[in-house]
Amino acid sequence: MTVKRPLARLAVAAAFAATFATLGVPAAQAETTLIVVPHSNLAILDPIWTTAYMSRNHGYMIYDTLFGTDENNKIQPQMVDKWTVSKDQKVYDFTLRSGLAFHDGAPVTGEDVVASLERWGKRDALGVALMTFVDKIEATGPNAFRITLKEPCGFVLEALGKPSSNVPFIMPKRVAETDPKTQITDYTGSGPYIFVKDEFKPGDKAVYVKNTKYVPRKEKPSGTAGGKNVYVDKVVWNLALRDYQAQINALQKGEIDILESVPFQHYATVVKDKNLQVRKPKIGLQYMCRFNHLLKPFDNVKVRRAVLASFRQEPFLKAQVGVKELYHTCPSMFTCGTPYASTAGSDIMTKGSMKKARQLLKESGYDGTTVVIMKPTDLASIDKLPEVAAQFMRQMGMKVDLQAMDWQTLVSRRAKKDPVDKGGWNMFCTAWTAPDIWNPINNAALQARGTKSPWFGWPDDPKLEALRGEFAKATDPAKKKKLAEQVQAEAFAIATHAPLGEYTQPAAARKNVHGWITSGLAHTYWNISKK
Amino acid sequence: MYQFIARRLLSTIPVLVIVAVLVFLLLRLTPGDPAAILAGDAASTQQIEEIRETLGLDRPLPVQFAIWVGQLLQGDLGESYYYKVRVTELIAQRLEPTMSLAALTIVIAILVAVPLGVVAAWRFGGWFDRFLMGFSVFGFSVPVFVLGYLLVWLASLKLGWFPVQGYKPIANGFGPFLHHLVLPAITLSVIYIALLARVTRASVLEALGEDYIRTARAKGLAESRVLISHALANAAVPIVTIIGIGIALLIGGVVVTESVYAIPGLGRLTVDAVLSRDFPTIQGVILFFSFIYVVVNLLVDLSYVFLDPRIRY
Repeated sequence: MTVKRPLARLAVAAAFAATFATLGVPAAQAETTLIVVPHSNLAILDPIWTTAYMSRNHGYMIYDTLFGTDENNKIQPQMVDKWTVSKDQKVYDFTLRSGLAFHDGAPVTGEDVVASLERWGKRDALGVALMTFVDKIEATGPNAFRITLKEPCGFVLEALGKPSSNVPFIMPKRVAETDPKTQITDYTGSGPYIFVKDEFKPGDKAVYVKNTKYVPRKEKPSGTAGGKNVYVDKVVWNLALRDYQAQINALQKGEIDILESVPFQHYATVVKDKNLQVRKPKIGLQYMCRFNHLLKPFDNVKVRRAVLASFRQEPFLKAQVGVKELYHTCPSMFTCGTPYASTAGSDIMTKGSMKKARQLLKESGYDGTTVVIMKPTDLASIDKLPEVAAQFMRQMGMKVDLQAMDWQTLVSRRAKKDPVDKGGWNMFCTAWTAPDIWNPINNAALQARGTKSPWFGWPDDPKLEALRGEFAKATDPAKKKKLAEQVQAEAFAIATHAPLGEYTQPAAARKNVHGWITSGLAHTYWNISKK
Repeated sequence: MYQFIARRLLSTIPVLVIVAVLVFLLLRLTPGDPAAILAGDAASTQQIEEIRETLGLDRPLPVQFAIWVGQLLQGDLGESYYYKVRVTELIAQRLEPTMSLAALTIVIAILVAVPLGVVAAWRFGGWFDRFLMGFSVFGFSVPVFVLGYLLVWLASLKLGWFPVQGYKPIANGFGPFLHHLVLPAITLSVIYIALLARVTRASVLEALGEDYIRTARAKGLAESRVLISHALANAAVPIVTIIGIGIALLIGGVVVTESVYAIPGLGRLTVDAVLSRDFPTIQGVILFFSFIYVVVNLLVDLSYVFLDPRIRY
């Protein structure tokens, strides 16, 4: 008996293990299915209706764009084959590549492009800016279209090839004619993947299958430009897996192939795992704290500049990111490493000190008004920034009320222009992806039309607006660069906001995943193979 | 009996009305604007206003309430702001994972806890009884997510027996379905095993002190029969009550487990809806939960008739 019992136990344990181990074999997962855990949930399927990044990434799966942005941040043709610009720089003629077709087989025409651009031009900030220059957009042939401007504009191609929300995706005319305030319900595109509407379960999964009729460009894929070659049959976005620890576990066990966003606290674990590869995008995101220019004390430029003088980027980055190789200081309001980045006007921060800050605060006439900083408690990527900001400001001599709330409450409250005691605010901190802030036109924090500014904080500075206007019209690259520096210098002079340095959000994949483009512009899933 | 059932069913109406009013008002008093969330981070104030108008959030509260109640009376829980899908469809999609998890959890809890409780009562004061009481304290105390991570680490990552996450519908085969559900169900069942074992122990212990038990033993019945046919049968009412409450609590309380194991159930739907201020979905799910509570309680009350012939309605 004494011999048999351990044997029996062993046999039972072995049977149990074998049963469940067999059940656990992921036989149903075909080799050509790529399972991705995106950085967030996908809810809205119209990438023109919302600026949400998940909707943008969904757009890249199923739609194509006229132009793309390569990994060097240069605009490259995508659906467009060739184009010409008139000598007076007011007429742009475009010809589409041959062989472009929507998922339903219909060819992509100039009329589809016109309708798509018109809808996008009513929603996107850069699109709206472009449309102020546009006299008309018209189809000039089955695969050609023309943009005629009222006056020269310096960002036509930049707008058409912008990599981030809202991206001017090309949709069939019947879809693009949907009221811009209404979400589309027909997801026919001409991109490298086809959205499987029947398999979409909100909060659970989104499924895309290879568009076998897609004709990629010949060029090497780069950023959102180049050949969008598809080497997998299907891409599944796992939308249910949102617990950070569970994401890492699933990646390590091979239940998923790609994790779009590796939390900083798990970075070391992923780096150490020999079965995983870590991808660090070439360009990063920028942190910033935004002042409410309408309310005391930040209606006073001297107070705002005192705050800039008190801030040091390194403590913000160290507290928030913690992993040295994932962050760097950057004195620019345009993402470092992009064409318009500079140090213009940044002395107030780079050469500032607490002593100088206290002096500036004293000179400002600050009357002890309590500053309300909104702190999001549920957004791990930015939740420590307000605490560091509060500490600097307290050290300088300001009274600070750090108010904790969830991010969605913050998002709602920051739109309020009311006084603090009626639900208003004085400061919040956030992060921007590089393409959203890399020039004076699309950097929302630099809009300075007071309460008419579309983004929150509402600075009012005619000089800054005039400089932005000049930049918009400039077509000479050297002049644009100089104007961008002037814009930044003026923005620092009036302290529109405080840039807090930059970080890269690492991504991770299994070692057998090859060719994934992690440019930092957007998350895209072409050119990937599993071996 | 039938009058009792009819009365209880009718009494669900005022309960649901009160829940509906409270949920509606509480959500509107909570800070957070669905329109701002839907518009995305880079949206302008004008875009947010447009969305608010589209959703009807710019209308006075009584008007919004009247519209919602009008839909409810037609059996329509409204459309999710976030997903643009009918709330009833969303609940239907998420029902199977949650119900499956709750059912398996309860089955495991009953199969484990009831025998443990009976044996502990039988061996009152002995080492097994003390062990069970200690386990109960552990079961009540350990947070579900800690237990979940520990089990994943052991049974999935180290032993490789189970997947670390996900859910397979029963339509994909019973094997994969069970394989994905066992670990979450074990995680969730621990607290219910602790609760149910304690209640079973206490009830059986009380029954064991009754005269009929002494009589049963005196007439020479086997101890197992005394325990099961006499002690447990007479202790069944409080045990079934706890099982019923457990089912109702489970359906509404699987949030953490569904998050840890990435199960796309009602708990996860509720969290997403709350975070995105998806008012119609939150209202619909809470009303649904309330209905389930009422129905389960009714079923528990009815079961008393079968368990204890002295009870009559």
